[in-house]
Amino acid sequence: MPIIKVENLSKVFGKNTKAALQLAEAGKTKEEILKESGSTVGVNRASFEVEAGEIFVIMGLSGSGKSTLVRLINRLIEPTTGNIYIDGENLAKMDKKELRRVRREKLSMVFQRFGLFPNRTILQNTEYGLEVQGISKQERTQKAKEALELVGLGSYLDQYPGQLSGGMQQRVGLARALANDPEVLLMDEAFSALDPLIRKDMQDELLDLQETMKKTILFITHDLDEALRIGDRIALMKDGKIVQIGTPEDILVNPANKFVEKFVEDVDRAKVLTAQQIMKRPETVNIEKHGPRVALERMREAGLSSILVVDGKRTLQGIITADAANEARKNEVKNLSEIIQRDVPTVEKDTPLHDLFAVIHDSPVPLAVTENGKLLGIIVRGAVIGALAGEGEVNEHA
Amino acid sequence: MLDFMENVKEIPVGDWMTDFVDWLTNTFAFLFDPIKDGLASFMSIITQGLAAIPPVIFILLVAILAFFMTGKKFGLAVFSIIGLLFIWNQGLWDHLIETFTLVLIASIICIIIGIPIGILMAKSKVAETIITPILDFMQTMPAFVYLIPAVAFFSIGVVPGIFASLIFATPPTVRFTNLGIRQVSDELVEAADAFGSTGPQKLFKVELPMAKYTIMAGVNQTVMLALSMVVIASMIGAPGLGREVLASLQRAQVGPGFVAGLCIFVLAIIIDRFTQNIYKDKSK
Repeated sequence: MPIIKVENLSKVFGKNTKAALQLAEAGKTKEEILKESGSTVGVNRASFEVEAGEIFVIMGLSGSGKSTLVRLINRLIEPTTGNIYIDGENLAKMDKKELRRVRREKLSMVFQRFGLFPNRTILQNTEYGLEVQGISKQERTQKAKEALELVGLGSYLDQYPGQLSGGMQQRVGLARALANDPEVLLMDEAFSALDPLIRKDMQDELLDLQETMKKTILFITHDLDEALRIGDRIALMKDGKIVQIGTPEDILVNPANKFVEKFVEDVDRAKVLTAQQIMKRPETVNIEKHGPRVALERMREAGLSSILVVDGKRTLQGIITADAANEARKNEVKNLSEIIQRDVPTVEKDTPLHDLFAVIHDSPVPLAVTENGKLLGIIVRGAVIGALAGEGEVNEHA
Repeated sequence: MLDFMENVKEIPVGDWMTDFVDWLTNTFAFLFDPIKDGLASFMSIITQGLAAIPPVIFILLVAILAFFMTGKKFGLAVFSIIGLLFIWNQGLWDHLIETFTLVLIASIICIIIGIPIGILMAKSKVAETIITPILDFMQTMPAFVYLIPAVAFFSIGVVPGIFASLIFATPPTVRFTNLGIRQVSDELVEAADAFGSTGPQKLFKVELPMAKYTIMAGVNQTVMLALSMVVIASMIGAPGLGREVLASLQRAQVGPGFVAGLCIFVLAIIIDRFTQNIYKDKSK
């Protein structure tokens, strides 16, 4: 069951909400609706589901309604129509008291400009969510300290937000959100106010934390690089509408419309980088020397489910899967050539990144990068996305 | 056009007001009388208490307080000593205490009334729409006009003086409280809401602490306005330095009038600097 389920959620700013909604139903654009009804459609019939443990990125340019959408989800802004289910409970229908309970227990929010209380210390800021729940001083201090340790600020308890750098302040914002131990984190452009280097550190840190926390994260951003880097799935918004939802690869490979295409085009890395620049050193076995046992052992060591096979001159011969090697070992097959699959997805070293998407998308195994038939390296799926998102590991020698 | 106006009878607003105040006086006499007696005796206790402190000790206490409140600077402390010694020297010490009590009590009541009204205005658009013109009215209506109903309700003495001060001096506290709360950044209010604060939690944990410097600026204004009412209130029998000024005016005595005025000035500076320093944002 999805932990967040948003159904047909709309927000109209202005007086003539009914007329505006009808126009929206009729498929008019935001501008047309504004002209005809005098009301602005902030969010236009958004529907999506987020699974537990997923990082779901909502991305769009300013004015696309993404910040409104995230505020509709915890009802900082009242929805005009539609339903918001958190854990099966419909927030849209809740009274104030129930809503408060859900906000306290299930939803936490991280703000673009941090939203820290300047008159409270770091510890007191982190405690805030627990304090309003009436949790005892001792317990909330302990939980807040744990959360601050988690983000690496365990020694700044008695400082005030004004004494900390932007990156550190946002860590406090994150710690405050985590101290409640919510199921869902709403992050509204959480890293947009930080300078690019710090932003990247924070993205990495969030991903590291997510490894252990497994929270459901709804992340709002206007930065495609950021979306590609951290999102398990991405929803693209324009003029209050969600135009496409998909994995980073889906969006890059199959842009749903011109708008998405244009957006994706801006990621010029896809055209600049080549296969050679993002490939990794391959694990191989030599078809002339090794048998299934060596192949299995190497796969186990490197944590792979398949391994490439080369000959003495490093010419690519094929690939062996762990299953096949295991089978061969049981059946006392000694020669790799009996179990090898010759058909390996292969690209030349000069293939641009842009052309890798389609190949890697359909391939269950890593791509082999070759030059005149000789194996140079491999490319795993993550490396393509990572390279697009500007992750540092680009091979300079190419 | 002119003919037309001649044919229209004068609207008896003045008569209505007279009737209204009469009605209030008669109807709420059971309220006004105890308030008057209670407040008057309460104030005389305060006045006597303060007057019982020997001036030397009083001046020293003020100076010490000034020294620490201004962040261990000598300026205000020295001014307080010289100024208060001057007032003592002029034989106006008792009047000073009376005036101080009047200002103190009036200000406290203003704050007690003003801050909740300011909060109400900040929270409700409707309340703001209704109260704003009332505040404008209170501030622009000449202060002398309040004296008439004040006397009707509370006869003469210190209590009607306080009443008139209240009307004149409350608006800044109300306005600044409203402003201060409305100025709290949206994101902080959202943060308070997003973590599930109740209304009072949001108010006391976030909005009032964030607004306190603005509110204190309003309180400072209120105190200064209350002090400025001292002379006017003396026309309906409020005691203190104002009465000295009024007496000098009536007898056309330039000298004593100037001295009493100077004493009010000294008191004003001391009170102003004190209230400014109570909640000065030390981090800025």
